[in-house]
Amino acid sequence: MPIIVKNLTHIYMPGTPFESVALQDVNWTVEDGEFWGLIGHTGSGKSTLIQHLNGLLKPTSGEVIIDGVNINERGVNLKEIRQKVGLVFQFPEHQLFEETVEKDVAFGPRNMDLPEEEVNRRVKEALELVGLNYNEIKDRSPFELSGGQMRRVAIAGVLAMKPKVLILDEPTVGLDPKGRDEILREIVKLREEQNITVILVSHSMEDIAKLVDKIAVMHKGRIVDSGTPKEIFKNYQGLISIGLDIPQITHLMLRLKQKGKDVATDVLSVDEAEAEILKVVRGKGRA
Amino acid sequence: MAAEIVAEGVCYQYPQAADMALKDINLRIRKGEFVAIIGPNGSGKSTLAKLFNGLFVPTKGKVTVDGLDTRDRNNIWKIRQKAGMVFQNPDNQIVATMVEEDVAFGPENLGVPPEEIRKRVYEALEIVELTEFAQKPPHLLSGGQKQRVAIAGVIAMRPDYIILDEPTAMLDPVGRKEVINTVKRLNKEEGKTIVLITHFMEEAVQADRVIVMDKGRVVMMGTPREIFSQVEELKAIGLDVPQVTELAHRLRRWGLKVRGDILTIDEMVECLCPLL
Ligand SMILES: Nc1ncnc2c1ncn2[C@@H]1O[C@H](COP(=O)(O)OP(=O)(O)OP(=O)(O)O)[C@@H](O)[C@H]1O
Ligand SMILES: Nc1ncnc2c1ncn2[C@@H]1O[C@H](COP(=O)(O)OP(=O)(O)O)[C@@H](O)[C@H]1O
Ligand SMILES: [Mg+2]
Ligand SMILES: [Mg+2]
Repeated sequence: MPIIVKNLTHIYMPGTPFESVALQDVNWTVEDGEFWGLIGHTGSGKSTLIQHLNGLLKPTSGEVIIDGVNINERGVNLKEIRQKVGLVFQFPEHQLFEETVEKDVAFGPRNMDLPEEEVNRRVKEALELVGLNYNEIKDRSPFELSGGQMRRVAIAGVLAMKPKVLILDEPTVGLDPKGRDEILREIVKLREEQNITVILVSHSMEDIAKLVDKIAVMHKGRIVDSGTPKEIFKNYQGLISIGLDIPQITHLMLRLKQKGKDVATDVLSVDEAEAEILKVVRGKGRA
Repeated sequence: MAAEIVAEGVCYQYPQAADMALKDINLRIRKGEFVAIIGPNGSGKSTLAKLFNGLFVPTKGKVTVDGLDTRDRNNIWKIRQKAGMVFQNPDNQIVATMVEEDVAFGPENLGVPPEEIRKRVYEALEIVELTEFAQKPPHLLSGGQKQRVAIAGVIAMRPDYIILDEPTAMLDPVGRKEVINTVKRLNKEEGKTIVLITHFMEEAVQADRVIVMDKGRVVMMGTPREIFSQVEELKAIGLDVPQVTELAHRLRRWGLKVRGDILTIDEMVECLCPLL
């Protein structure tokens, strides 16, 4: 189910002194099975944009078309859309509301009228996927967890619905490095196994560079650039000037190049840097 | 009276919790230091931070701030004034409709006279380099700027210790740098003692000393170089090292002559140039 965003504009509190234009004429197409990274400075409109993709926010003007259907038309079943397009919010504490972790994660699947056994199976599976121990955590209150634990529970709640499109709004904020890697690895696996579409909003240039196929860059309510990670991260000055950056490892390669070393600079991960440096060192040894 | 925060045999258990969140913590934060605390989710970092400024009192053991025991309720205002906190979400910390009012909020609550408040507010805004935003509504600011407003609010209370619990978690890369640079300036130029809790190893590298927590205990303590050269040990407890440190570690395994305690891009460039 491709997602097409057409001339989307969103204005918060129009006609008041607090009026703010959060999105301006955004056009974007996400094809089935694609893995997108959405980056942009704080306040650039990322959260506003993705909340349109499952009908949580209504456009001031423009359209959101999912599977050929304009989701803001009268008669469209938004509940169905929200089961297909799963959204992990930026603030997990806002998404948690049940008295136990178990009930919280079960809420989505239960609402889908699945048999109770299936609900239980999914809850266990989802909690394990996000690296939490089902038996240890299921009866605890989601509000008496550390920040990182809360975030994991919120992600599990969305995974348990097995959405076809998974949208994650800064899912790794507050997670420790292992949690960050684990959850991202699970998302990659989920996508490969179930061929789902993924949109990842993140401030971690390192994670974005490593994971996604395509990047959309937002600046002041517009998508100002899109392309593959290699294309996007070539433009170092441009990214810095709009609040972003390139991965540390890419910085390193650029600095080596500036020192006159003959190294590739389109390196986006430690793996690639390792291979490139070994290649150059060995080449030199041979010469 | 010693100018430091001291934790001695500190245990903390949340009401109704099955386990201790902190177990036998012994450490001191010296005046003028910049200390980073890292550790996996649930390891007790935020709990420890709240013990440092008397928001929580130890279940066992004691915490003193400049010799003042946090268990003594008579000390609590003095302690809160000495140790200010900054949290993760800038939007939850901003209360007023204008930046300068927001910064004034803390000292007003302390009963500081209005003239003195004005002076402190402008000093604080100058330190975080936001003077020109004094009369702007905070919602027009970027995430990094809002977080600096929150820091200014703490500075205006004139604390000696500033404890920041993941202050950059929600910021874009440039906002993150702004906040870390502000924190470093507070330490180097204003002489503030800094305790920075973070999940970003590139930030912890910039501290004088790193404390590593795991499962409610302090498991490592040392300079960033001492800590981050222990790549395997850190990974085993769910932590990481900066990308350049990781790269150095891997190249050494291939037999390349690279130092094992690289922390920054500059150091790595210096090490690699002769080899390339
Ligand atoms: N309000 C609470 N009631 C009961 N237990 C709590 C409460 N807050 C935290 N805990 C527990 O105390 C332990 C330490 O939590 P703390 O918030 O200090 O961790 P942290 O190191 O700051 O983690 P994070 O990196 O996720 O922020 C965890 O096991 C957590 O589940
Ligand atoms: N609920 C809201 N009410 C009013 N303005 C908002 C609201 N949410 C966001 N905004 C404004 O819309 C713009 C885009 O915000 P947001 O979509 O949250 O950006 P991002 O997710 O990229 O940080 C910002 O100027 C922000 O202040
Ligand atoms: Mg957002
Ligand atoms: Mg915490």
